[in-house]
Amino acid sequence: MTVSGLRLRAFPPNWGARTAFVALAVYAAYAFAQLDITAGRLAVGMGEAGRFLGRMWPPNFTRWELLLEGLLESLQIAVIASALGILLALPLGLMAARNLAPWPLALVTRGFIAFCRSLHYVIVAILFVKAIGFGALAGVAALTIASMGFIAKLFAEAIEEISMKQVEAIRATGAGLGAVLIYGVLPQVASRFVGFSLYQLDSNLRNSTLVGIVGAGGIGGTLFAAFKRFDYDFVAAILLAIIALIFVAEVISSRIRALLR
Amino acid sequence: MNALMREWQRFTPAERIGRWAAYFIIVLALIWALRGIEIIPEFLADAPEQMLDLLARMWPPHLGHYHPAVHEALVETLHIASLGTLFSFIFAVPLALMAARNICPYAWLNTLAQLALVTSRSVNSLVWALIFVAIFGPGAAAGTFAIAFRSIGFVGKLLAEALEEISPGPQEALRATGAPDSHVILKGVWPQISPAFWGVALFRWDINIRESAVLGLVGAGGIGVVLDDAINFFQWDRVATILLAILGIVILAEILVTKLRARLI
Amino acid sequence: MMQGLVIRDLVKEYVPGKPVLRGIKLTIEAQGITAVIGPSGTGKSTLLRCINRLVEPTQGEIRLNGEDLVPLKGHALRMARRRIGMVFQEYNLVERLSVMENVLSGRLGYVSFWRAWLRRYAEEDIARAFELLEAVGLPEQATRRADALSGGQRQRVGIARALMQRPELLLADEPTSSLDPRTAIEIMELMTGLSTSARVPLIVNIHNVDLARRFAQRIIGMAGGEIVFDGPPEHLEASHLRQIYGGEDWL
Repeated sequence: MTVSGLRLRAFPPNWGARTAFVALAVYAAYAFAQLDITAGRLAVGMGEAGRFLGRMWPPNFTRWELLLEGLLESLQIAVIASALGILLALPLGLMAARNLAPWPLALVTRGFIAFCRSLHYVIVAILFVKAIGFGALAGVAALTIASMGFIAKLFAEAIEEISMKQVEAIRATGAGLGAVLIYGVLPQVASRFVGFSLYQLDSNLRNSTLVGIVGAGGIGGTLFAAFKRFDYDFVAAILLAIIALIFVAEVISSRIRALLR
Repeated sequence: MNALMREWQRFTPAERIGRWAAYFIIVLALIWALRGIEIIPEFLADAPEQMLDLLARMWPPHLGHYHPAVHEALVETLHIASLGTLFSFIFAVPLALMAARNICPYAWLNTLAQLALVTSRSVNSLVWALIFVAIFGPGAAAGTFAIAFRSIGFVGKLLAEALEEISPGPQEALRATGAPDSHVILKGVWPQISPAFWGVALFRWDINIRESAVLGLVGAGGIGVVLDDAINFFQWDRVATILLAILGIVILAEILVTKLRARLI
Repeated sequence: MMQGLVIRDLVKEYVPGKPVLRGIKLTIEAQGITAVIGPSGTGKSTLLRCINRLVEPTQGEIRLNGEDLVPLKGHALRMARRRIGMVFQEYNLVERLSVMENVLSGRLGYVSFWRAWLRRYAEEDIARAFELLEAVGLPEQATRRADALSGGQRQRVGIARALMQRPELLLADEPTSSLDPRTAIEIMELMTGLSTSARVPLIVNIHNVDLARRFAQRIIGMAGGEIVFDGPPEHLEASHLRQIYGGEDWL
């Protein structure tokens, strides 16, 4: 082959990427058709959105007592669920760490943690509502399961990254299992564990404002009821209150995190 | 110096006061929450029994229910999640460009974009779904928009952060050749953030699969509608089938995302 | 009852069929300093770790003051471990704990779980920890965090921790390999001095032959998982070193 026969191309076509883009576009068109989202419907929606926003304004804070009651209940759900979740996550995380626990135990625990994490907390909440009745208890139970799964997973990963040399040295002194955990393992992961817990408290607060939609207590119930009664100015008030609460919680938790660092 | 007289304490006095204060606040918060919350003792007492009873009624799952209703709802859920993710990028990309201080030089635009992103993130997808059900009426359209509007803030924030971390060299070089802004973004910025871009897209898609499964509980389409019906009619073996289907799709999505991400990066 | 350490036919295979230790036979008196020399990967570390059972021996017998350590399990194993102090190559201090907590962790085999958790050590333990910190030359560092110390200082804490156990046997696994030459000599002086005055036999793995000759009363040369030399430093000849390390260019 001569040099002139070689076709040098500055931009070799990336067929993989091109096919992917075309496939995505075709899929989008297909899915829009399947879900029956059409231009006409969108136009009607725009008009509706305008009216909806109009009815939201101005936010109606006259029922502030109901609002405050719901928010406080959400806060209580979040605090209790976080505390329970953190307490339960400690042993679970240890049992799931492959460098400390015997592998059959670690495997079973990992499966359990994965199961806790795969179901959305609202679905878990609805099941608890059906099993144990309406109210905050169902919300606490659902969020406890979610927190437990989340913290235990991260905690186990943190433990798997520790230096085993420090653990070995404590073991060599003749320390029992408990003392090995407290001296060899805990100091290496404690600060990260506190970080995970704070983060989870923060997200439990967000989630606890929601579980009420399925009847599991907190401000979500009030919000859902207001939606059903087309009380959109009260909806706006509740949404503003929730956003404010989340914002304050985020500021506080980032302050604490900075303090710990 | 007499060694026996020395005392050792683990923390300095200030540290100890800090620790006790932290413990005190935690205990106080817990006591306040436990006293304030309305938990009916009878409910708490028979909760384990009721839970076991519910699980017993779910077992065995009636897999015959899967076809066709659950399957169709599952596919609809997938569409909602995927379309919602795609759709969110239409708004998220311009907002991210506006929010990144090294791309957009106008401070007021930065702030405005940040505000839009924060608003999107502060409202949960289930609440977005309630809003869009009020606008569009019940159905998958409301779900798609809910997913999209919740994702805008998430995607936009992560993209803006990725944009602010890129090195300014290539942009400078292109600008020096006289290229217009659009070309600078296409050839100087995009190549640097494309891995982050695809990573964020996959990450959010994975989350959206989980989230879109519950939107049906407020009427926004997908498998949640079927789940809600089955629960309201107390068809527990059917509920179990639906839960298994959700579990399956969530796990599959996670595996797929992990594989794709490994190939992309 | 035989005092000291008696090892018989000790075999360790990490992978079945590929022994790292091939039937070690060794008797060490209840006093004195023994250096184990040999190239990397020849099983020195494994030998030491078999003695306090951080590594499970495949077969054989290890008797410390008459008691066979190999079959021990659970509580009995911990009781045996607390009689054996160990100093590690990379110090293995718990980095996020203070120097004092690290030294006191040598008592973990003696105190209850709750006392360990709440740091409620006996007065005499704390007094002894201060004495040891003074003896290793770190009297004012008790409340500093271990990761704030230099390598030499960390190894001093490691020695204090091992002696805190009031051991009947002290093991040191390459205690100087991560240190500069001058600090290495200081650490060896400190360790041999303290173990001699406490009348604790010391077995030290070391690959620096000069340090071994200078500080040990007995040298054990290992090669290929076997003992190929055993005698006082003055009997160690170039021919032995060739046998242990192979080749001769380096001599």
